[in-house]
This record gives sequence, structure tokens and C-alpha cells, in this order.
Amino acid sequence: MEPARLFLGLLCASAALAASSLHQRPPQPEFLLEELELELGESPSGSLWPLPRSLRILPRQLQLAPARFQLVHGPGSTAGPGCALLQDAFRRYYEYIFGYSKWQNQGQRPLPAGTELLQLQVIIVSKDSECDNYPNITSNEAYQLSVTEPVAVLRAEKVWGALRGLETFSQLVYEDDYGTFLINESEITDYPRFAHRGILLDTSRHFLPLKSILANLVSWHFVDPSQKSNHLVYPSLSGSYSYDHVYTPTDVRLVIDYARLRGIRVIPEFDSPGHTKSWGKGQKDLLTPCFNGEHRSGSYGPVNPILNTTYHFMTDLFKEISSVFPDAYIHLGGDEVDFTCWKSNPDVTEFMKQQGFGIDYAKLESYYIQKILDIVSSANKGYIVWQEVFDKGVKIKPDTIVEVWIGSLYTAELSRVTGAGFTTILAAPWYLDYISYGQDWKKYYSVEPLNFPGCEKQKKLVIGGEACLWGEFVDATNLTPRLWPRASAVGERLWSSENVTNIQDAYNRLVKHRCRMLRRGIAAEPLFVGYCDPEYRGR
Amino acid sequence: MAELGLALLLVGLVPVPAGAVWPQPQLVRESPGGERCRLSPGQFRFGYARSSAVGPGCAVLDQAFARYWRLLRDAGPRAPEDTRPWEPLCTELLVSVSTPHCDGFPDMDSVESYKLSTSEDPSLLSSESVWGALRGLETFSQLIWRDEDGMFYLNKTNIMDFPRFAHRGLLLDTSRHYLPLRAILETLDVMAYNKFNVFHWHIVDDPSFPYESAAFPELSRKGAYNPATHVYTLNDVKLVIEYARLRGIRVISEFDTPGHTLSWGPGAPGLLTPCYAGSIPSGAYGPVNPILNTTYQFMTELFREVSTVFPDFYLHLGGDEVDFTCWRSNPEIQAFMQWMGFGQDYTKLESFYIQRLLNIISSYGKGYVVWQEVFDNGVKVKPDTIIHVWRENAGPYQQEVARVTKAGYRALLSAPWYLNRISYGQDWQAAYQVEPLEFEGSLEQKALVIGGEACMWGEFVDVTNLTPRLWPRAGAIAERLWSNKTVRDLQDAYIRLADFRCTLLR
Repeated sequence: MEPARLFLGLLCASAALAASSLHQRPPQPEFLLEELELELGESPSGSLWPLPRSLRILPRQLQLAPARFQLVHGPGSTAGPGCALLQDAFRRYYEYIFGYSKWQNQGQRPLPAGTELLQLQVIIVSKDSECDNYPNITSNEAYQLSVTEPVAVLRAEKVWGALRGLETFSQLVYEDDYGTFLINESEITDYPRFAHRGILLDTSRHFLPLKSILANLVSWHFVDPSQKSNHLVYPSLSGSYSYDHVYTPTDVRLVIDYARLRGIRVIPEFDSPGHTKSWGKGQKDLLTPCFNGEHRSGSYGPVNPILNTTYHFMTDLFKEISSVFPDAYIHLGGDEVDFTCWKSNPDVTEFMKQQGFGIDYAKLESYYIQKILDIVSSANKGYIVWQEVFDKGVKIKPDTIVEVWIGSLYTAELSRVTGAGFTTILAAPWYLDYISYGQDWKKYYSVEPLNFPGCEKQKKLVIGGEACLWGEFVDATNLTPRLWPRASAVGERLWSSENVTNIQDAYNRLVKHRCRMLRRGIAAEPLFVGYCDPEYRGR
Repeated sequence: MAELGLALLLVGLVPVPAGAVWPQPQLVRESPGGERCRLSPGQFRFGYARSSAVGPGCAVLDQAFARYWRLLRDAGPRAPEDTRPWEPLCTELLVSVSTPHCDGFPDMDSVESYKLSTSEDPSLLSSESVWGALRGLETFSQLIWRDEDGMFYLNKTNIMDFPRFAHRGLLLDTSRHYLPLRAILETLDVMAYNKFNVFHWHIVDDPSFPYESAAFPELSRKGAYNPATHVYTLNDVKLVIEYARLRGIRVISEFDTPGHTLSWGPGAPGLLTPCYAGSIPSGAYGPVNPILNTTYQFMTELFREVSTVFPDFYLHLGGDEVDFTCWRSNPEIQAFMQWMGFGQDYTKLESFYIQRLLNIISSYGKGYVVWQEVFDNGVKVKPDTIIHVWRENAGPYQQEVARVTKAGYRALLSAPWYLNRISYGQDWQAAYQVEPLEFEGSLEQKALVIGGEACMWGEFVDVTNLTPRLWPRAGAIAERLWSNKTVRDLQDAYIRLADFRCTLLR
């Protein structure tokens, strides 16, 4: 997705029509889970997840000897041993490929000529490999992988594509019954369908220890999203559960760096003006005091939008956030603002009168958001907001990204948002915290993000999606099994071609992909009856 | 974003009363003055009272003392000692058991009541059996609380406690997914924290046969997911049984037949019914073949072994969800049906099988638990059979409990407690609000409900998600089965359960 295209706020007539006729459409029926469970079989694509865009697996098998096989920089690559990102990745993938079996006693004997794969050469083609950059929304993740005897070649414009290709390569390697590592000759050309493939973790409702977050960044890979939004509680506010329950700046930097090395962006969300109760404890006068009749009730509502001090505070806060989080985007929230408290407060009422807002509190919210957006813009950041900000008609800059989260009629919302020319991210059908009995990954998998009324231009404004795991009922005890492999379903939907929709084939691959996650130490839960060898052994 | 309507479910967070106990004891009297003593792990010991009929050498209690002492010691960073010398110290808990049995296994009639007094040092725990003492030790450990400085305290409290139901079980399914031994042992630990006393081991089923049989080693060799790694050896089983015994938990094995036996087929040729497509075998197999003598010889041998390996008086024999399609397709079975005069009523054939199986089990001096279908289909069962009520969709389960008890059988309730069925939100509340005796029936009938079981079937559960899916949800059922009928305040339960969950995490 090129940036220029994102910013075209073009309306098209057909879309406007389609959108207006939406009211007559009945609500979409819930996707029905198939009654019959799938029979496990072999996919012609082995265990690859998500499925590459173009894939040719040839019957010829090559062996890999752990003692000889190398991951190296190929001739002409613009990245060399000085590229720490790739060096780290080489080591990581060597361990993923060989590290889990007792190969040490094998691989010393020479193999018959012409049957061994000796190297994977990684070649970064572009003049700037972007080795030391942070990934961003326009990062090129495409790669080409050619596995032929005696060396395989992975070609990518940038390191980000190389990371995706390394993951694919590692997924092509398998072990036979004698413990021999094999790979079929293959040709792969691959690139993501959507640029933004995210996961949202909520660290406010339950604190998640760093190692949970890191563990899940590991399991991501390519499995998933190149991107993650993260609800980080801002440490200096310390509205947190206890001293053990804060992320220090060092922690945050660790997360960002850990993510960068895996080609994952970290987008912080500091939701306001609602969802801010915990801010109040650390920052006096920031929240609106609610009134009971003429007296303060002692409770507090959303951020107080009428005080200058509020905006001073926000300016300082977002200045700091902008420097801590390198990504070009900040998620500003803006969802579920409850007006009751504002309505009760006489100062707010007076302010409304002065501003000529009447009793339209959405205007007050707009006023607030508008000022926040200006603050964030002045820090040179772009922003993502939840859909209410758009729904309430807040004036937002044309390059704002609107995230669609409300489950009912989200297709109509996609039409409206893109019809108004805004870039959008879809989260509504992927609320992984809503658990149910059975194989609900199929439901997530079967979503088609572009299946909404709208013209081509509108469809292009959908830059991706996010799987959300809100934290009401999730903490470190159940995060990982609840997230994986269910989020993997979303991962494939956002990476692979639109026509990759065969549930049976997906099941066959995902079962293996899940076992692979176990081998890599991720406690991904089972899809259905069966087993993995080895089973999860803990980290 | 997220949470529509959620606030409705959340019960306000209120400070936890010091040393809240889960499940709630029958009678708790705290010293009105809030008097307490300080407890320092280094200066505290568990011991036997002089009056006790059991003493050092009693493994159940010796090991329990060590276990609970370790829990105390490992409870996290300790505050420096002797910083508050003015506070009274509690130094000892003395246990007095009045019956001298220690080496046996707990059973259905084990007395689990106990009395606990911490009003003076040493604290006193008295019970009739070692099993009651175990329950009291758990309660004692939950009475200890910590202040913000990490100091341990014990409030002066008197407790008189006993279980409401004798059978408080938890079912794990090790066939649909194999559970490594450590997952089972850990579950037994947490069961003890919740005062559960029966581990119902649904050990084999259609997908895999992980039990290593000495008599029929081929069963696991060909029926386990992996015969080297995904099996329970005889040693494993013995370890589970002993580990459970030391925690006052019975182990009831379930070898479910005649349905749910697909994994038995490869290792026991001729055992399963060959299904037919028209006039030729289709290659598929159905339930156990009930018309062959070899089937009963096999069962005689297998259950001889099972009866010896599992010491509990009861075996769970399954008997649920028998699909008749395959039996119907098989011409030999059709002929047998005719010969027996069963007509087209395949439940009669099922009854014929179960009847013979029950006779085999009886001949080993064992009692049995069966799933409700066996009763529903009118199989003649011994009067002391326990009927396990599980069906959620066959009409209200309360009616089934009424029917079972009306017929004079003892009933075991699981229908409302299928924990494998998950949903969004605080579903522990639904499990908690079940009242097992809420069915139409006489007092005699109610007395026949011996308890219930939380079931964690394994379709979607393995070692990766077992623990968070089980706990603390199963805790809700534990309290329902242990505590007084009147203990049903959700708000109070929420506070105590949330606190208990944090304790479990430590």
C-alpha cells in the first residue's frame, strides 16, 4: 500500500448509494459453525501458515545437515554481517529449524552428491536494506524464495521481507521418521494482502508481565501480524495495580526493540477522554468531577475538556509518548465516552453555553478530540481512532485511520468510513476475548474484510485488521492459549490471497502450525482432538 | 472497543476479609475482638497432639505437614523477623485424629469432618479420620493471611466443618488429548485446595488409548497417540493413585464401553463390531461386538486387571452414547437380535452387553458407576449402582435426578457442570448457582444424591489450556458440593473466590 493512495479522500457515487441503502439490509446472520468436525489430513501446502501468495513445491527432497547447513548473507546483498537484525534472525531461525531434536549425533557423514541443501543465502536487493529502521505502515514485506540444490536463495527488497521469508523457509523444513531434516525444492513469491496486520493486547484491565508480551511477540512471527497495538499503561501516571505492575521506560524500549527485530510495529494506545479512570490517581484535576445535584459526588468522569491544564498535560504526555514510541502512529482511542458526568458538572454546562454547543455533548467531545489531534499532529504523529470519533462527526484530518470495532453492522460502517475517504482498520469480527465453545477460529477465518458495499477506491482504503484480546478475563495465566492459534486465523486472512478460503486445507495446515508453536515454546491451545509430538513442555 | 454491558456482571471489589476460606466452612466463629497472632515460618511447626490415635510415621499427615509448611515458606519474600516482638506468636498446630487408620484409601464413607481452633497457641485440629485432618489443614492454611509488610497472621477462629456431599469429583479426559503426568498431579494439588475428593479418570475413549495394560499391551501400543510418549505406565497410574491418596482423593477409573471404544480396535482384533455397507464390511468399526464370547473373555481379563490396579471400590463403566448404526448394518448382529427375540430394539442388545459386563465387575467385588443411559435404557443394575446424570439436552436434568432416585438408585450430578463448555464472561456464576437437590422428590430421594462432578472433556483442552480453564471455575462447584446449602451469595463468593484465585497463583 503506497502512502499516497491512503490519503486520497475520494468519495464515489456508487458507494454513497450503497451506503444509504444499507438501512434496509437485515443484520448479517451469525456465521454458523459447521456441525461436523473436520477430518485431519495432509495439505498439499504442508504446514505453511499463512499461505504464501504463489507457491510451487516440487517432489524432489533435499537434506539439511545441521552441522553443515548455514544461513548466510548472499552475494550482492546490501545487508551484511553488520546487520544485527538479520544476524539475530539467522540464529533464531537456525534454532527453530534444528534446535528441538537431538541431531548432534548425526549429519557427520557426507551425503550423496546432489541431495543436500547447504545454505540459505539471504539477499537484500534494495540499496537501503532498512536494517536499522523501524518497520512502518509502508514497509515492503515481499520476498522471493527459491529452494534448489545446493543453495536456496531468499531475495527481498528490504530486511522486512527477508524476515517473512525466513519464517516461510523454516516452515518448509520437516523431519522424517529417522530424524533427517528435509526440504522440498520450492519456488515461492510472497507478499502480504494487507499492510496492517495487528494484535491488540490490553495491559490495563490485567497487567501482563513483560515475558508474556515477549513470548507472544515470539509466537507472532509471520504467523501473524507485522504489527501490534498495545495498550500500555503509562508508567508516570502510575494508576496501576502496584509497584510490581508498571512498565518502566526500559520495559517499553525492550518491547519495541524486540518487536522491531521481528518486523513488528508497536502502536501505543492512550485512550481518552473516556476509559481514563486510572489516570486520575496520578494526575490531579485531569478528570471531570461529577456532581450530584449541586455538590460534587466524589466520583470522576472522562477527562475534563474545559481546562487549559488538561491540554498542557496532554501536550507533555504526548510529547513524551511520541519520543518513546517510534511508530508514526499513535492510537488515541476515543471510544465509549459517557456523557453523564459531563452533564452533571455545572462548569462544563457553563462552558457548553459559552461555546454555543447547546446540549450536544458530542460537540464537546469533538472539541476535545480536535485539540488532542492538533497536539498529536504537532508532535509529528499520525493517529488512529476508534470508530465513534468518526461516527460523532468529529472533524479529523484526512489521513486519520479509523478503526472499526462495533460488531453489529460493521460492513455498513466500513462503507461509511471509506466512503468519507478515510483509511480504516477492521477489528469488529476479531474480538478474540469473546470466547465460545468449539472451533471458533473458523469464524475468524471466514471473514472477508473487503466484503462490504463500496467501490474499488473504498476497498483500497482498508489497510488491514487487528485481532483484539481485551483483558477483562485475560491475564498472564490464560493469555497465550486464548490468543493462539485463534489469532493465527486472522493472521492468514490478512496475509494470504482473498481466494485462500478452504477451511479443510486451513485446518490441516493450522494443526501442524499449532504443533510447531508448541515446539517453539508457545502454549497454543489445541484446535480439536489429537496430539503433537512433542507436546508443550513449558518455556 | 470492548465491554458492553460488562459492568453489570462485575461485582464491586471490596476488601477481602482476612483469611477468607474456600469452600466456605459450615460454621466459623471469629474472635470478636479481632485478636490474632503472628506466624513466622521459621518458628512454626505442625505436630500430633498427645491424644491423637495416629502419630509420626503416618505418611498422609507427615507429608501433609511438610506440604503445608512448604507452602508457607515459599509464599513469597519474607519480612524480616522479630521486628514486632510485642505481638503474640503462634508456634504450633497440633492435630488429633481419633481413629488409628492411616494407610488405607479414602472411600465413599470416609468421614471428612473436622474441628479447628486457633484461639490459643498451640492451635488444635481434631478429626475422626486422617481425611478430615487433611481438610482441616487446608482450611488452616487458608486462614493465614499477610499484611502489607509481608507478615503472616492468624486470627483467633473456631471452625466446625463437614462436607455436604460425600462425592465431590472432577473428571479429566486423557484420551481426546493426552495430559502429561505433571498436569494430572498439579490438578490433584488444586483439587485438594478445593476439597474435592474424587478424581474421575476418563482414561480411554475413541481417539486414543493411553493406558498401558499388562494383560493387553497391544491396546496402547496400537491405540495410543504415541506408544512411547503418550501413555500412562503402571507406575504412572500408581503414582497418581498414591499422590491422590495422600491428598484424600479417590481415583475412579473409567473404561467406557460399549461405545467410545474406537481406539481399542487396533490392539484388540475382533473386539469391535465390523460395520457393513450393504452386504460387505465397510472397513469401519462400531461399538464393542456384544455377540461374541471372546468379547466377554476379553472384558473379564481387562477388568480383572483394572480392578486390581485401581483400589477404589467403584469403577466407572461408562455406557453412554452408544450409536446403533453399525450394529444395525451387521448381518450377524441382526441374526443374533432375531435369535434373542430383541426385534429391532437395539437398546435391548446394549442392555444384554451391559448386564454381562456388570456381572463380570460384580464377580470382582467391585461397585460401579454408569452414565445415565444405562438406567434410561432399563438395564437391570444392582441396587447399589450409582447413576451419573450428565445429559444437558434431554429435558431438565432435575427430572432425571428425580427418576433415578425414585427408582431407588444413588445419583451423581454432572449435567450443569460441563466446564469444557466455555462462554464469554463470568460463567462460574451459573455453575455456582446450581442447587443439586432442587428436584421434585421425597427426603429419601434427596438423600440418594451423593454429590456431583465437574467435567473437563478434552475435545479442546490439553496441557496448554487445562489449568486456566479449570480454575477457578471448578472452585465454584467445589463450594456448591462442600458448603451449606445456604451459602449462595454471589457477591460474597466473588470476593472470596477472587482472593482464593490469587492464593492459587502463589
